[in-house]
Amino acid sequence: MAENVFIALQNNPDARPIIEAIVDDNPAAVVNDSPGMVKIDCPKRLVIRRRTVEEKIGGEFNLQDIHLTLISLAGNIEEDDDEFVLHWNI
Amino acid sequence: MADKPRRLNLNQKYQLMTRGLDWETTYQSMDDVFPYDKYEGIKIKDWDKWQDPFRLTMDAYWKYQAEKERKLYAILDSFAQNNSQLNISDARYMNAVKIWMQGVTPLEYAAFRGYAMLGRGFRGAGARVACQFQSIDEMRHYQTQMHAFSHYNKFFNGFRQYSRIRDRAWYLSIPKSYFEDAVTAGPFELITAISFSFEYVLTNLLFMPFVSGAAYNGDMATTTFGFSAQSDESRHMTLGLEVIKFMLEQHEDNLPIVQRWLDKWFWRGYRLLGLVGTMMDYMLPKKVMSWRQAWEIYWEESGMALFNDLSRYGLRPPKYHEVATKEKYRITHEFWSTIYQFSHATALYTWIPTNEELDWFSAEYGELFDTVYRPRYEYWAELHKNGERFFQKRLPVVCNVCQIPIFHTMPDDPLMNCCLVTEYKGTKHQMCSQGCKDIFDHEPEKYCQAYIPPQQIYQGNCGGATLEAYKEWLHIKEEETGEYYGSEDHRMWEEWKAQAAGTAVASA
Amino acid sequence: MSIDIKTTKIEPRRVTFDNVAEKLGEGKIPSRYQEVMIGVQQEEVFHYRPTWDPEHEIFDADRTAINMQDFDDLVDPRQYYYGTYVIQRSKQQEALEKNFSVVEKRGLLTALDAGLTERITKIIVPFRHAEWGANTNNLFIAAYGFGTPMPIAADFQGMDRLGNAQYITRIGLILSNNDPEILDQAKAEWLDEPMWQPLRKMLEDSFVLKDWFELHLLQNFLLDGILHPLLFQHLEGEVVNNGGAAFAMVTEFFVDWYGEATRWTDHTLKTAAGESAENKALLTEWRDKWLPEVKNAAAPLAEYIFADRSAEVMKQIADKLDTRSGKIGLE
Repeated sequence: MAENVFIALQNNPDARPIIEAIVDDNPAAVVNDSPGMVKIDCPKRLVIRRRTVEEKIGGEFNLQDIHLTLISLAGNIEEDDDEFVLHWNI
Repeated sequence: MADKPRRLNLNQKYQLMTRGLDWETTYQSMDDVFPYDKYEGIKIKDWDKWQDPFRLTMDAYWKYQAEKERKLYAILDSFAQNNSQLNISDARYMNAVKIWMQGVTPLEYAAFRGYAMLGRGFRGAGARVACQFQSIDEMRHYQTQMHAFSHYNKFFNGFRQYSRIRDRAWYLSIPKSYFEDAVTAGPFELITAISFSFEYVLTNLLFMPFVSGAAYNGDMATTTFGFSAQSDESRHMTLGLEVIKFMLEQHEDNLPIVQRWLDKWFWRGYRLLGLVGTMMDYMLPKKVMSWRQAWEIYWEESGMALFNDLSRYGLRPPKYHEVATKEKYRITHEFWSTIYQFSHATALYTWIPTNEELDWFSAEYGELFDTVYRPRYEYWAELHKNGERFFQKRLPVVCNVCQIPIFHTMPDDPLMNCCLVTEYKGTKHQMCSQGCKDIFDHEPEKYCQAYIPPQQIYQGNCGGATLEAYKEWLHIKEEETGEYYGSEDHRMWEEWKAQAAGTAVASA
Repeated sequence: MSIDIKTTKIEPRRVTFDNVAEKLGEGKIPSRYQEVMIGVQQEEVFHYRPTWDPEHEIFDADRTAINMQDFDDLVDPRQYYYGTYVIQRSKQQEALEKNFSVVEKRGLLTALDAGLTERITKIIVPFRHAEWGANTNNLFIAAYGFGTPMPIAADFQGMDRLGNAQYITRIGLILSNNDPEILDQAKAEWLDEPMWQPLRKMLEDSFVLKDWFELHLLQNFLLDGILHPLLFQHLEGEVVNNGGAAFAMVTEFFVDWYGEATRWTDHTLKTAAGESAENKALLTEWRDKWLPEVKNAAAPLAEYIFADRSAEVMKQIADKLDTRSGKIGLE
């Protein structure tokens, strides 16, 4: 079984650049659409990079802004000013 | 001191803002100031090793939460102004929302108080601040839910008397006793039960498929508060994972205690979620995902990945999780069959699924559904057609731990009922499963206190010894209970639909 | 002929929840505040006794000696429920953030006269621990208080105090150019400097009080009623008058917050005192028991700040508190 981590975000315009950034930075990520919600699975490790999101929106982005659209996640979190990482220690 | 300000990153800034605010008291002993955080036997050597999830400072919290609230209330206002209850898929759906209001919202309130206890009770500042954020979040959840349901309450039954039935109704003892069990335990057990076992391991099963289901069924009010609340929940889940790691890293003696709590609270939470699974399978006219499938994604995949990760601490997956997995094909059907027969003693309506829905069940649940549950439903539908809607005459016997009617079957035999008995101080106590029996046997003194509604009713403590007197005590009127088809809600819904159709025809 | 969709007959069956209607009177439309502040805390049918306090139920009116017919009468005159609370605070934090940014960019606080800087460093920075103590006490009320509105407002009050403590931390870090040493120094003084010990003892004694309403009176009326005016009116006035206007920019929130929190404190005390002669006597007794200790705890700070004027300043502050006591209805 793939040991996936996942992040689920609301399906709205605020979340779209974040979703696009995740897809760019995590080639193994799989995006699943549900009503109102997007769930992204990725084996073992998933990263959200501030700079990639900033390129998508063409402005500044604070990683804590993820809170506004976050629905759920699975994995250990590591967060600093530049990256938000979900991972399993396996 | 340097002339040019040093740069502080998020982590350093958070540490300075929170850590070190507390101090070791000397005029009063620490054990008197924090009297509750040792008696469970959890050993903490260094509270400073606590890892703070998400590192929110108060100003950032106000900013983010205000933005969420502005969005949420804008949607609730427009929902009410536009009578958007007309857009839901079907009025049967409202019963899922009623269960939420009657059974889940009161838990949000209780969680607010419980986490305030933790936010006062732990002697480590980091742990306290994390619990304080969760406390105020839970307050948010009960309030936004009530504000969202307020509009539904104006039209649909099953909401108006929530404050009475929340405590008194037999079926609402299921969620209520679950949470009271956690809050009456010590602080470490409470946080393990709710932050980890419920929020981290099981809450995805409640919020993700169900709230997505609400969206699919046109209920934008529930969808909005649900997803908005879930963004807070993801912080709580992270707290849950951190607290487990913290306890296990602090002292090896903590492992057996934590493992026992995980065993207990997995089972307790799983039993409670049977109710949610039933809402999902039966009360969403438009289906997003079956309970079976949700269980596979969120427990068998994500849950097992989590426990693999935690195995480095010596933890194993919770006891009886294999039983829960075996039950994935039947639990919601057994539950619905029970509510169907007893819904005349609830503030809910029930029904037999449409043929189309029965086909969906057959596809999702396979042979067992076709051989056991479908024929039963078809039989009841036949009775109903002949004017003999089937209800039980008496209230069900309920499990002394989870308080669910004893309808569950043997792990390896879905046709054989399971009822286990423990005798304690001369009284027999019945349990639905080995999982619940283990919980009772470990703390009999606690569980023999449980308020068991059917017993209380027949002892005459609930307004009288008959079902009628009991319903009066609950303030539930005849037209607010029982069969959906022909009910007040159903008739109102049909009128709205007819008017809308008439209007559409007339405008054309 | 065309019928407007609006003419579709959508008649509500009821206005609000039963228990809200019972309290407000049938047919009255409740505010959003009222709808979530009446009867939400359960009062009956408890399954198990707390293992941490088997003498009481989870929520128990007996955790205070104050008696109320209905604890839901202890409402918050600001009508804060979660949404209105965080929206109000977010507006304030946005304004304050701009002030902080100006003060930091222009170095306005670091340019202060050395004497002023020292007083701020010695008095305001260690006070973050007192704010944390106020957080602790209000969380106690949120946890073990009774009725719906009171624990909620106490929870807001508790979070506000965490906010206060964090804003003070930022002031300290501005003064030290982000050198955390200033916080360690302040904590060492809080723990050992004789000037702070009466207040620290006072707070630690409050941490072991078991009656949540007595704690409300002690923390939110007496301690705040003496210390906040001392630090954020009198000391602040002193700093501003001596060329430290920038200081007022970063403490603006404390002043606004205090004025607003006082309305809640006074209203709840007045409601409880007005309920019965017994309540009034009890509140008066508690006030008389604690007020001298609170004044003692504040006196060394006043002496440090105002030297020979300290008695006069303390009297002004105490007189104001007396006036509030009178309005609340205490003897």
